[in-house]
Amino acid sequence: MYVAVKGGERAIDNAHAWLAEERRGDTAVRELSVAQIREQMTLAVNRVMAEGSLYDPDLAALAIKQARGDLIEAIFLIRAYRTTLPRFGGSTPVETESMACDRRVSATFKDAPGGQVLGPTFDYTHRLLDFKLAADGEAAEVPHAEPTQAATPHIMSFLDRENLIQSEPEGAQTPPDLTRTPLELPASRALRLQSLTRGDEGFILGMAYSTQRGYARNHAFVAELRIGTVAVEMDIPELGFAIDIGEITVTECETVNQFKGSRSEPPQFTRGYGLVFGMTERKAISMALVDRALRWKELGEDNLGAPAQDEEFVLYHSDNIQATGFLEHIKLPHYVDFQSELELIRKLRREAQDANASVKVKEGAMQ
Amino acid sequence: MSAYNFAYLDEQTKRMIRRAILKGLAVPGYQVPFASREMPMPYGWGTGGVQVSAAVLTPDDTFKVIDQGADDTTNAVSIRRFFQKTAGVAVTEATAEASIIQTRHRIPEQDLRPDQILVYQVPIPEPLRFLEPSEIETRKMHSLEEYGLMHVKLYEDISQHGDIATAYAYPVKVEGRYVMDPSPIPKFDNPKLEMAGIQLFGAGREQRIYAIPPYTQVVSLDFEDYPFQPTKADHACDLCGADDSYLDELIVDDAGGRMFMCSDTDYCSTRRKQGHTGTQGVPFAEDAA
Repeated sequence: MYVAVKGGERAIDNAHAWLAEERRGDTAVRELSVAQIREQMTLAVNRVMAEGSLYDPDLAALAIKQARGDLIEAIFLIRAYRTTLPRFGGSTPVETESMACDRRVSATFKDAPGGQVLGPTFDYTHRLLDFKLAADGEAAEVPHAEPTQAATPHIMSFLDRENLIQSEPEGAQTPPDLTRTPLELPASRALRLQSLTRGDEGFILGMAYSTQRGYARNHAFVAELRIGTVAVEMDIPELGFAIDIGEITVTECETVNQFKGSRSEPPQFTRGYGLVFGMTERKAISMALVDRALRWKELGEDNLGAPAQDEEFVLYHSDNIQATGFLEHIKLPHYVDFQSELELIRKLRREAQDANASVKVKEGAMQ
Repeated sequence: MSAYNFAYLDEQTKRMIRRAILKGLAVPGYQVPFASREMPMPYGWGTGGVQVSAAVLTPDDTFKVIDQGADDTTNAVSIRRFFQKTAGVAVTEATAEASIIQTRHRIPEQDLRPDQILVYQVPIPEPLRFLEPSEIETRKMHSLEEYGLMHVKLYEDISQHGDIATAYAYPVKVEGRYVMDPSPIPKFDNPKLEMAGIQLFGAGREQRIYAIPPYTQVVSLDFEDYPFQPTKADHACDLCGADDSYLDELIVDDAGGRMFMCSDTDYCSTRRKQGHTGTQGVPFAEDAA
């Protein structure tokens, strides 16, 4: 006698209750506040905002708390929330030229108007565990300088003036919206950049790294990396002009790439571009390298068959929410499919054994 | 859940999805790109089916969800609860009572009526994907009706294994035009694809919707000398005795003893209520959950 397995509903409820308990951890340890995460786990918050495609540090911090620190899960929470938000319109393009920079470095010029500003970087820290932080994380008093009032023009504009770099005229078209229309290939550069900026940091990093190691190599110089705040302006139809609706922190990276010229283009430098929400330097640089690799066709370069040159490969596999969902769905029951495979494999084995047996009989008869 | 619209999606999104569905019905078997939304459940867990269901649900509908044929598998429970919460629709486990059935990997054993809609969750909508990874190429192949590659694959199966080695997601040709992936249903279910109900297929991650209108011709690909054969385990259901239903195989003891039972739980319990019993079955009583 057998009673069919039931109880999916109760199992789910119990799993959720257990999950909530695990999320809180040991109740003898004080609970994390969303504000603490927002202020002290800023780079995690930035990644969640960038890949969640929603600029809201409080919600990102809440998502990280709810996701027990699993950033892809947090990004998923933000994406699912984002789709439910009404769309009021689009902003005018942000002017990164007039960014209030916290950090601005160029690897191509020793100095340039606006100067080199290291900002709060890990770059020259020695990666030694600071055991003092375990006991006391209070920040020491740090000196403050007056913000510079001088303009910080893009480094690229100097190369542009000499016609040394491929020009990138401003397009009149409103770029398509990746989240509102299905991705169709070949994709425009604007669409590719949208996809890259919300793509998984690890995936984009790996793709970028592969170009450095020779899979469609085109050596990149970081002409400029700048991080800071920019104003977001929006045209309000009722007013008839654009007003500031807020300020966001972004990371922008422009690379200069070697280019010996091709059948269609003269020798000149070419560009890769990265722009990502928040302080997300690794991602922005990676994005610029992958952007450049994907531009082989418009620059008349050869397709070397490298993964980073393959638009379909990169764009279809960079989204970690799509990837993780599909990957993890193989945990779901597949007994029906597996059953049909079982029957097939049993049948094929039976046939193979029968065939073997008859071959042996024949061989035996011949001896 | 008053913060969300009826059936979760906003009306503009539903309209976009309904347009894709109508186009799909007008061109049976053709994969219509649609701007799939991020849903509050993961891609790969039925987001395409959920979006299609959300777009066709009305407050008067009665909704049923099955996964592997069963109403009580965890993800079926989760999706059914989602629509109970966001749409407040009536739900049922009885195939006959449902106006919309969302399914993963099965077609119910009981024939559907013209007033019923079957919504499939689809992981990979492209039947040619594992022969040609590029979407640009496969779309071209469909538009040129260039299906030689698929026939070569089936032929190679026969020459290597003596059989077409595809047991589920067995490709079909719809109304003599588009080769279509029926989603990973066992090939046992393929003959049921010609039915009275409307069949809608949603692939969320891959951003595709396709459809089979009622009474449309759906032919499983085969060769004259190797005709298509739907298969199932060579047993009867140990609970209800049915010998015409698709069976799940269960391992019931440490010695690897097996038993077989209907994958369609509603079909099985309905038969048991009618007094049918299999070799290990007992007359129907409400199972304690």
